[in-house]
Order: sequence, then structure tokens, then C-alpha cells
Amino acid sequence: MNGIMDKTLYTIIVHSENITGLLNQVTSVFTRRQINIESLNVSSSSNKGVHKYTITCCTDEETVKNVVKQIEKITDVIQAHYFTDDEIFLHEIALYKLSTPEFTECPMASKVIRRYNAHVVEVNPVFSIVVLAGMSEEITSVFEQLQEIGCILQFVRSGRVAITTSCFEHVNEFLETRKQKYEESKL
Amino acid sequence: MRALVDHGVNTIFGYPGGSIIPAYDRLYDYRDKINHILVRHEQAAAHAAEGYARVSGRTGVCLVTSGPGATNTVTGVADAMIDSTPLVVIAGQVGAKFLGSDAFQEVDLIGITQPITKWNYQIRSAKDVAWAVARAFYIANSGRPGPVVLDFTKGAQTEKTEYVPTTIDFIRSYVPVPDTDPSSIKEAAQLINNSKRPLVLAGQGIELGNAQEEFHAFIEKAQLPVGCTMLGLSTLPSNHPLNMGMLGMHGNLAPNVKTNECDVLIAVGMRFDDRVTGNLDTYAKQAKIIHFDIDPAEIGKNVKTDVAVLGNCKNTLKAVTALLEKNEHKEWIESFKEYAEEEDNKVIKPELHPDDDTMSMGEVVRAVSEATNNEAVLVTDVGQNQMISARYFKFSKEHSIITSGGLGTMGYGLPAAVGATFGAPDRTICVFMGDGGLQMSIQEFGTIMEQKAPVKMILLNNNYLGNVRQWQAMFFGHRYSFTPMLNPDYMKLAAAYDIPSVRVMKREDLPAAIDKMLKTDGPFLLEACVIEEGYVMPMTPPGGSVDKMLLEC
Repeated sequence: MNGIMDKTLYTIIVHSENITGLLNQVTSVFTRRQINIESLNVSSSSNKGVHKYTITCCTDEETVKNVVKQIEKITDVIQAHYFTDDEIFLHEIALYKLSTPEFTECPMASKVIRRYNAHVVEVNPVFSIVVLAGMSEEITSVFEQLQEIGCILQFVRSGRVAITTSCFEHVNEFLETRKQKYEESKL
Repeated sequence: MRALVDHGVNTIFGYPGGSIIPAYDRLYDYRDKINHILVRHEQAAAHAAEGYARVSGRTGVCLVTSGPGATNTVTGVADAMIDSTPLVVIAGQVGAKFLGSDAFQEVDLIGITQPITKWNYQIRSAKDVAWAVARAFYIANSGRPGPVVLDFTKGAQTEKTEYVPTTIDFIRSYVPVPDTDPSSIKEAAQLINNSKRPLVLAGQGIELGNAQEEFHAFIEKAQLPVGCTMLGLSTLPSNHPLNMGMLGMHGNLAPNVKTNECDVLIAVGMRFDDRVTGNLDTYAKQAKIIHFDIDPAEIGKNVKTDVAVLGNCKNTLKAVTALLEKNEHKEWIESFKEYAEEEDNKVIKPELHPDDDTMSMGEVVRAVSEATNNEAVLVTDVGQNQMISARYFKFSKEHSIITSGGLGTMGYGLPAAVGATFGAPDRTICVFMGDGGLQMSIQEFGTIMEQKAPVKMILLNNNYLGNVRQWQAMFFGHRYSFTPMLNPDYMKLAAAYDIPSVRVMKREDLPAAIDKMLKTDGPFLLEACVIEEGYVMPMTPPGGSVDKMLLEC
């Protein structure tokens, strides 16, 4: 196997039918190969009945290629592709729950929040909630700075969501061609 | 039941139980249309269905109950997955309202079989039945075949619904046969045309794609020498001048050595299993690799491929053949001989004509093969009996080898042979087993007795778990940890099941015994007492390189 040096963070985008148990099938492709999933987001896509998975993992290109092929092989998976960070627009969202007394006492805290364009969505005498949507690094960096101040009560971040830089949604094209070819074969 | 009949099912291997009683009740009315074979263990139902599928190309069907009935088929399902065998297992399940409550004989079959099925589905409502069955048969036997499990809740079995005949031949997310890139056809043909030392690796994919004719035209036009994988052994008659023998750990010397000398390696419908490749770091590094396959996930999985020709090899081989120039490769083909002769002198002759008074496995296999005019279907169990019969049985017809390749399932042979007698009732079915493997499925004597299934059983008895013993001898300092076998009296066992049998201790008694076996109408057990500490040679030691086979140990 390749050394740690060759590992890259890949984002895998999967489109599938919305069927019970499919998530399990997709993740087992990773577990069988001892690949750790860094983040995972599943939601409905722009296409009715089609679900979209955004999965990130650290591995080498050879492995990610095989992983994507194995995912695509699952009967109810429509398509799977992998990307590096420069091939996609990506975003993540994070919630920070801060202790209100400490938060209000420390001017640095609100400075951090303003600098990263985060939003305060709830303030009560006990705690405040801050929301930040942005790149993974920004979210980490805000967390670290607030942690240093010591006002964080809870922290949660979503998995990554991403869209490709290509102008088209390939899955729609794929489904169109599949349908077309099938109809042609029936003529 | 109507859905099954509509999908051409006329044979089912099964075992009833609590959660599948309603389905069996309906089956009772369909006895004239569906031949149900009552096995003696659910694992045997799965293997019998596999044997049926492998010999006929049709989908094998199993019907079992929930819980233990279902889990007993799991080995067969895994076996079918790794050997690309079309199989549909219909298992009962507790009523939908009991699901998740740890009810009696409830097991999460969908969860258990998820990684070892091509598709699985829980039928919770009668109106899903027609759709699920149609989808199951379409998926199991299209593209690269594989197993499908249907988990059939009790409620869905008893519920009444209007039956709407359904066929499925399109699933938008599922591409059974990928598109062929026309440039890959050209590139493959060009590489082969420029090749001085081509070698073809023939796998089971050729038979699964019914492409034997196209394959023969392909190799004959450019005179391409061929090595066969174990599952691909009957794609090419054994005596075909371009057939250089079997690949792999216990395969023939010449095709293995030549793998590391060829300049273009052409793999057709095979998956570069580690038992074929040995150490990947030293495998065919000098060669350009062309890989014909129907499954895109196989390309580059183990071996880096230069040209991937995706699609059904029935079409792709034909397209490439059209672009091939006639060629002879005389010198190259000639160069295989030296190795074939070396193997013949050091391994094959001593195996077929041993000095020992005791018979060898190889001579028994060859004698049976010749007595059937090399036309029988070979079924094997797993271990030395499997390797020796794959090496010494000869093939002249297609679809003639049924063996557990990828999973190496001991106990596979006997039930698979029973299934094969139903899949190909006109052919002679010979199953070779060791004393270990036979005892793993010995309860199937009951099925054989009941069905009078004409299985010709050859027990190669060496009183050891021979293959493990061989490894213990070679790599573990002869420490025979739990491999000696205390055996029952197989003649008495056969007699108890009313199966005619004969035990052969001496070489001179063998021909008469084989003759008696083949002339007997119905099942027969021939026990051959063979050399106890025999070795399967040659051998690529585990992790070794394909061109460095051991001829002696």
C-alpha cells in the first residue's frame, strides 16, 4: 500500500435511488477497505426521487478509483464520481453554543465572529448560538479561537456539501441517455 | 407462485419451515408445474441451485424459511456472489408487525446478506410480489450474474392481491452491460497485431456470455495461446492445440511461466484472482495488459490495465477479431513445449503412473474422465480433490466444470452435483470429493435417495484433510494439527440410503468399478482409497511469483 504521504482528501459524490438500506451498502464499501469516512452528507437532490451523497475521505487515487467503481456497481446507485478540492465548490455549516456571560465579557469573541462573517441567531442569559457557513478551515479556525477564549459549550459541524464546477448535472444527462437508449432498443 | 412460473421457474430446491408455510401451501397446488426438490439442509439447497445454474445457465431458485433456514443459505449466497452464479433465494420472514422485535426465527436477513448479494429486498406487501420477483430474476441473470435474496414476510404471503404479470428489463440505476468504447476495440486489436508473444487468459465470463464460438474464432485467427482459469476450464476443449492448460497456484507450468514472458496479456472474462496471479508485484510486469470484462469494477482492481474492453465479450471479441491480422506465432507457441514436457516428466507421469502400490488421486480422475469419453460434467468439492480433478479431468464440451472457485466452499460438491443432474438431465454428472468435504454434506445422500438423482460420486479417500495437510507438511514442519480424519464405513452409509457403492483398494479393480458406476442407472458411490500423504504439484507457494512454481516438494 502507498505511504501516508500519497494521501489526498477526496470528495465523492454519489447519486442513488431513495431506498432503505442503501446508505449501509455505500458505507460498507469503505469499511471493508478500512477507509475512514471523514464526513458524510445525504439529502434529496434536484432530481425527484434521487438522493445525493457527499462523502469525504483521505486516501490515494488508486484506492478512490476502485471505491467509486464498487459504489457505482451497487444496483440502486445511479452514478458515483470522485473529486479533489480544486474541482468542486464546497461548503460546510457549523453551530457554536457559547456561554453568554463569557461571550459578552470578552471583546475578542465578537471580533472573531465578525471577522468570519458568522451570525448570532440566539442570545439568552445562559447561552448564545452562533452559525457559520463556510470552508472547513474557517470553521475549524473559529472553533479554535473561541476555544482559546474558553466560551464554547457545544460545537457541531455538518458534513461537507459540494457541487462540481461543471455546468451540467451529469446524473440528469445519464438518466436521459439511459432512457433514450432503452426506448431505442424497444423499437 | 404464478410470478415464479411466469419467469420460467420449473425447479426449486428448498426446505419448508414456519415462516414459509403459506408459500409452500401454494406450491402444493403447483406440483405439476414446479418440481420442488426437498434437500436435507438449506445450505445444500443453495449449492444445488448453484450447480443447477452453472450447468444450465438458468437462474437457480431456493425456497427456505426464516431465521436458521435463511442463514443456512448464506454460504451458498456468498459462493454465488464471488463466482458470478445467478441465484434467487426466497426466504420466509416473520410477519411485518413482528419485525425488529426479536421474534421467533427472526433474523435481519437483508442486513446479513447485503454485502454478498447483487440485490436484496424485503417483501412486506403482497402487491410488491410480482415486481420484486421480476426484478430479482432480471438482476440475477443479466450482466455479470449474481445472487438475489428476497425476504418474504409472512403477511405478504397470506395477503390477497390481484396478480399483475410483470417483467422488468430496465432499471435506470443499473447498467448490466456497459457501453464499449470503439477506440478500445481498435487499440486492443493493434496491440495484439503488433504482439510477438501474446497470451490469452480465459475465464468463466466467456461461458457466461455464451461467447465460446466468438472466442474460438478470436484465438484461432491470430493463433493466440490460451491459459484457462479453473472456472474457465471448459471454455476450450482440453485437446485444442492452443490450450496450454490451467492457470494459477496448482495450474500448469507453461502458462504460468509464460505469463511473465509474454509481451501482451489478454484477459477475457476473468478477475485476476490472487490464486491466479500469485504475487502481484512480480505479475506480468513486462506485458501490456488488455482486459475484456462486463464489470467495470474489475478493471484495474488488482492488475493495472493498459486497454480495457468493456461490454459483453460475445460482441467485443467479435469486433476485435474482425480487426485482427492472421498470424501464426509458431516459435512462441513452440516455446511452451519445453515447460509442458518438464511438468509431464516431473509431475504428471509420476501422478498418473505412481510407483506406489496405492492409487493416486490423479490416476482415478483420469480413468473416470476417459471412461466418460471426456464428455461428463465435472463437479468438485474443495481441496486436493478439486485441484487434482481440475488438473487431470479432460473436457470436450461447454459448461462442464462446476466448482467453488472464489469462496472455496467445502461441502459444495455433493449438493451442487445433485443440482446439476436437474440442470442437465441428459449429461453424466461426476462429482469428486474428499473424505472431509463429503462429510460436510453427507446428509444429501437422503436427497439423492429420494430423487434417485443419477450422481456419480467418486470419493478420493486419503483419511486426511489433504490440502491443509499438504500445507502443514510444506510450511508448518509436518505438524498435522487436526487434519487426520477418522472415517466412517462409507459402504454401510451408502447402503443405508440404498445407494449402490463399491470400495476400490487396488489399482486393478478400478476399471471394473468405474464401468459398474457408469452403467448403473441412478446414483453410485465409488470410494477410491488413495495415497494418504499425496501432494498436489506443481505449486506456486503463497505470495510467490507465477514463474517460480515448485515442481517437487
